[in-house]
Amino acid sequence: MIVTLGRPSDGGHALKMPEPDSRIIAERRGLVAALRSVAGTEAVIDDATSLRVFECDGLSAYRQLPLAVVLPRSTAEVSAVLKLCAERGVKIVPRGAGTGLSGGALPLADGVTVGVSRLNRILEIDYANRCVVTQPGVANLALSHAVSAAGFYYAPDPSSQVACSIGGNVAENSGGVHSLKYGLTSNNLLGVEMVLIGGDVVRVGSKAFEAPGYDFLGLITGSEGLLGVITEVTVRIVPKPETARALLIGFPSNEAGGLCVARIIGGGIIPAGLEMMDRPAIHAAEAFCHAGYPMDVEALLICELDGPPVEVDHLVGMVKEIAEGCGANSLHISTSEAERLRFWLGRKSAFAATARIAPDYYVMDGTIPRRRLPEVLRRIGDLSRSFNLPVANVFHAGDGNLHPLIMYDANKPGELARTEALGTEILKLCVEVGGVLTGEHGVGVEKRDLMPTMFDETDLNQQQRVKCAFDPEGLLNPGKVFPTLRRCAELGHMHVHHGQTPFPDLPRF
Amino acid sequence: MDHANLLRPADEAELAVLVAEAAGSGRSLELIGKATKRGLGRPVASEAMVDLSCLTGVIDYSPEELVLTARPGTPLSEIEATVGAASQMLAFEPPDFGPLYGGVAGAGTLGGTLACNLSGPRRLKAGAARDHFLGFRAVNGRGEAFKAGGKVVKNVTGYDLCKVIAGSYGTLVALTEVTIKVLPAPEATMTLCLMGLAPDAAMTVLGMALASPHEISAAAYTPAEITTDLTPLGASACAAIRIEGVAPSVKARALALRDLLGKQGEVSSIEGEVARRFWIALRDVAPFACHNEPLWRLSVPPAVGAKAQARLIEAMPGARLYHDWGGGLIWLIAPSAKDAAATAVRGALAGLGGHATLVRAPLEARAHGPVFEPQEPALDALSRRLKASFDPRAIFNRGRMYEGV
Repeated sequence: MIVTLGRPSDGGHALKMPEPDSRIIAERRGLVAALRSVAGTEAVIDDATSLRVFECDGLSAYRQLPLAVVLPRSTAEVSAVLKLCAERGVKIVPRGAGTGLSGGALPLADGVTVGVSRLNRILEIDYANRCVVTQPGVANLALSHAVSAAGFYYAPDPSSQVACSIGGNVAENSGGVHSLKYGLTSNNLLGVEMVLIGGDVVRVGSKAFEAPGYDFLGLITGSEGLLGVITEVTVRIVPKPETARALLIGFPSNEAGGLCVARIIGGGIIPAGLEMMDRPAIHAAEAFCHAGYPMDVEALLICELDGPPVEVDHLVGMVKEIAEGCGANSLHISTSEAERLRFWLGRKSAFAATARIAPDYYVMDGTIPRRRLPEVLRRIGDLSRSFNLPVANVFHAGDGNLHPLIMYDANKPGELARTEALGTEILKLCVEVGGVLTGEHGVGVEKRDLMPTMFDETDLNQQQRVKCAFDPEGLLNPGKVFPTLRRCAELGHMHVHHGQTPFPDLPRF
Repeated sequence: MDHANLLRPADEAELAVLVAEAAGSGRSLELIGKATKRGLGRPVASEAMVDLSCLTGVIDYSPEELVLTARPGTPLSEIEATVGAASQMLAFEPPDFGPLYGGVAGAGTLGGTLACNLSGPRRLKAGAARDHFLGFRAVNGRGEAFKAGGKVVKNVTGYDLCKVIAGSYGTLVALTEVTIKVLPAPEATMTLCLMGLAPDAAMTVLGMALASPHEISAAAYTPAEITTDLTPLGASACAAIRIEGVAPSVKARALALRDLLGKQGEVSSIEGEVARRFWIALRDVAPFACHNEPLWRLSVPPAVGAKAQARLIEAMPGARLYHDWGGGLIWLIAPSAKDAAATAVRGALAGLGGHATLVRAPLEARAHGPVFEPQEPALDALSRRLKASFDPRAIFNRGRMYEGV
């Protein structure tokens, strides 16, 4: 069965989700009562108006009312809810703040959405061990605020950091503009407490650097809610850099900009941030916020350096020299904090700026080997013309993470479908040049059906067997990440039998 | 290596065939590279040994992409020479445990380092081997060649299987190709040493340095006998703090740290070859290489480093140890005991939030006591299911980590 989500008038493509179990839907009233008995009456939401809030995440083209929503207040309640649902064969969709861009928290018609928004307390700030223990519903930026006065911060800074939850960051392995130097979520985690589908509570990691046994912490990070529900997180905090300065550098071509990025990194400099914008993005941003960006350039680079003042000044000089050697035709160096922030203003409002010049926009998120950037931008330009949809590109240039913004109008019949088709072509291009489908937004439902462009059936089967180790009945967030749902029994079958090997006559042992 | 059935596949295809046959018949295989770390973990009883050291060579390396792809049998020394020629490094500072197990230096492979998730002093700033492991090709226990991860530094497509392969000690897959992140090597480095501090004062000093914005790249504490062996600083305990970066920055931060820490004790410094050898020695556990007693590796929250030391010495008066990772890592030589001192070591750590690994001990002790910290039942069951998801017949390195795993 194909469940068409979204508003059919949008013309979005039909997203095939697991067929809802009519038996589960028929027993909804009894399930809600049972959920209330373990999580409390007010923790369970089942009226259509209130459920509407949860019908989508940041990928709002797809919407679905959940069967019910539970907002537990403790690990014990999460455990009881998961145990109950597992016993009844009810699917679970974990949800953080609902800001994800790939539909990882898209509800299921026959599934219970478990939100962690009420698990919203910071449990312990431990400066001696330079870590914070927190519940998963705390916002990313709130962690940095909590330790700011002592001179620390939490390094990963996804652009939604005001709102996105740390639990969601773990589920998505979120990055940010500073991830080249400071790493993704996975590089800044020490431990989690997690509830498995049967209700078992496990702790992996601690305040120590390393944990015994298999690295479940690393595996869970970025698993998009398919392996368990995170109920507690221990993150590393790091001392704030003493100072930061930025260079705003314009180039007459994308090639020149790309060359400059390669020479900065090849020259041994890892900037705190290294962002590139193409001509459409520069013009959209400048029209929106008047950051003073040069308008006669094809590519604009923002290079931020942080650390001790003497180091920052030294590196600023080196980057300036490299940029001039790459044919920069515009170069400004921030001399004050206000100026540094002004350089960033346009980049940080690039999405909003795009929204002003087009009714709707769609953010893509691929990663490419940086050396292929000029070619990829040229081919995206060709695709943009052939699909007749404008595309602006912003690029985490240091780590090759490309964010093309496709501009469209959802009210024009067929335009959303054309936008999604263009997006698909762009992501296929990223894989073709040696890159990947997603650098930081996750697969979710958005890129699920593109997984076979990057992974073959054997690759995907191995990933799904790992899923089976955690969730043999496939109750946790089914329909996400994997294009084809496989029963664990089928995946577990050994296709090799004694005496039936490819070369049975060769002596081996 | 010496084994009645030694198999040396030349490539991934040959490896897949022999693993498929072993899977079909349920024959167990011990996977080795250069076998330099074969003494790490529980002993494996296998019907055949698979030598992966023929899978060698750097496949792709472009310094400005910060990415290197190589076959896992490539010697780590060759990888480090390759990236070193481009002024880059493996930032996790992989140790060379060859001599620790009685072998030669420089023989260990990249694959073996990743499989054991081994990291050196810079781990506290740059992360572990697992943090730099971006993608791989491998053969699973069904004899299927597959891949995971990617060849770019930023990727969240699918499960991050690199993480569980790092530190799986060859119990999940046989690697055939790995992609790692590389980073620029620092232009300059300087090590400050606060001399003569007692353990609790030393841990306080390391903590102060690590809480400062001066980007400490290593923080260790050595007792007098190790300090005197490794440095010209004399027979005095040393809280060693390393900073790295561009030369003007290193100079400025060294001055700032002297200001910050000067009140805590006498500040000396080591530089150049002396400092380089000092950190390599701590990285490779060289101070404890030539001992017969059991060697333990303890991972603890950094702030309890001194407390852990006091408890360990109280429980085992003859024990010798030093700290790395700002107090978060303790290398310990335990006086021999029937159980390789497992009861004493793990008892001393109880309630401190850490764990202990028996890194070197006679085969008998590793066969009968838990080398790795025992796990709680739910995690143990999950570990067994994870193992089965890659290797359903448990043919790879069976029992290396836990009984049957």
